[in-house]
Amino acid sequence: MTLRELVDKLLGRQPASAATARDRLQLVLAHDRSDLSPELLDQMRREIFEVVAKYVDIDLEEGDVSLETEDRVTALVANLPFRRTISSSNPKPD
Amino acid sequence: MTSNSRTILICSGKGGVGKTTLTANLGIALAQHGSSTVVLDADFGLRNLDLLLGLENRIVYTAQEVLAETCRMDQALVKHKQVPNLALLPAGNPRMLEWLKPEDMQSIASMLEKRFDYVLIDCPAGIEDGFKNAVAAAREAIVITTPEVSAVRDADRVIGLLNTHGVSPVQLVLNRVRPKMMANQEMLAVDDVTDILALPLLGLVLEDEQVIVSTNRGEPLTLNGTKSPAAKAYGNIAKRLQGEDVPLLDPSKERSGLRATVRRLMQTKIF
Repeated sequence: MTLRELVDKLLGRQPASAATARDRLQLVLAHDRSDLSPELLDQMRREIFEVVAKYVDIDLEEGDVSLETEDRVTALVANLPFRRTISSSNPKPD
Repeated sequence: MTSNSRTILICSGKGGVGKTTLTANLGIALAQHGSSTVVLDADFGLRNLDLLLGLENRIVYTAQEVLAETCRMDQALVKHKQVPNLALLPAGNPRMLEWLKPEDMQSIASMLEKRFDYVLIDCPAGIEDGFKNAVAAAREAIVITTPEVSAVRDADRVIGLLNTHGVSPVQLVLNRVRPKMMANQEMLAVDDVTDILALPLLGLVLEDEQVIVSTNRGEPLTLNGTKSPAAKAYGNIAKRLQGEDVPLLDPSKERSGLRATVRRLMQTKIF
């Protein structure tokens, strides 16, 4: 955090727009570069959840599958936290 | 005959970010620094390079007649009177777009490469047929963008296409930089843009009203050796292309005094 960001926060001001621009660009470029439509990404996300849920109990509320980009390389990043309570040690049957 | 001629595409994706202005100024600067240079207007739909160079009244033939073999290349080339090292090959009729193929652009470029050290191609905006034709003739490219989300996004699309077409190297020019807005973090920083696009920076051009004045007159800024910031930037870009090591401008150093110092202090990371 920079001094400017701290002052903005303390005064309840909107943060400077350059950071917003950078974040929005990174997100939109990850999608542009992968050529995945939001619908397809959503479908893939659901299927990944289904597959993983067969083997471990995951928290669907907290889980996230998204595209991230660095140095013109786009990666699919899945963050799927396990539930604390393990309901069953066996994979669920189909 | 020039054996190591360089054919450079100047493109941006988005329109109105300064492709044609860069092409005109770079053409003049390269020619003034001793390289024989031709600028080729590949924007057949909306041509303007002739106007920025002040050559609009001297066009007789265009690339169209050269391709149709109804005139020789040297008849179509328009020589700049004050800078005889520089020539323009004008774009043909907009109807050329209907039949022009990538191979046509390649044959024009190879004719020009035999005569000139530098062939600068002013690319049309967009990523449709006009772009595809122009990119077919290019060996290397300069992508020009402004620090705005839409321009950077479109530049990214173009860079992807340049990579697919095997164009290399691809370098970046950041245009219309406003140091004050950058200092206030209300404009994408230079590093933000170079990080996102992952391209080496060939030059930075500050926002400069003189650009408008020069286009009004049809006299590119680099022509008269003015001291305006943009003129200096275009001259430095030409020198870097020619292999000279010219340091890049630092926008945060552009403003001095107490206010600038306070602004820099405000950007220091505290935690």
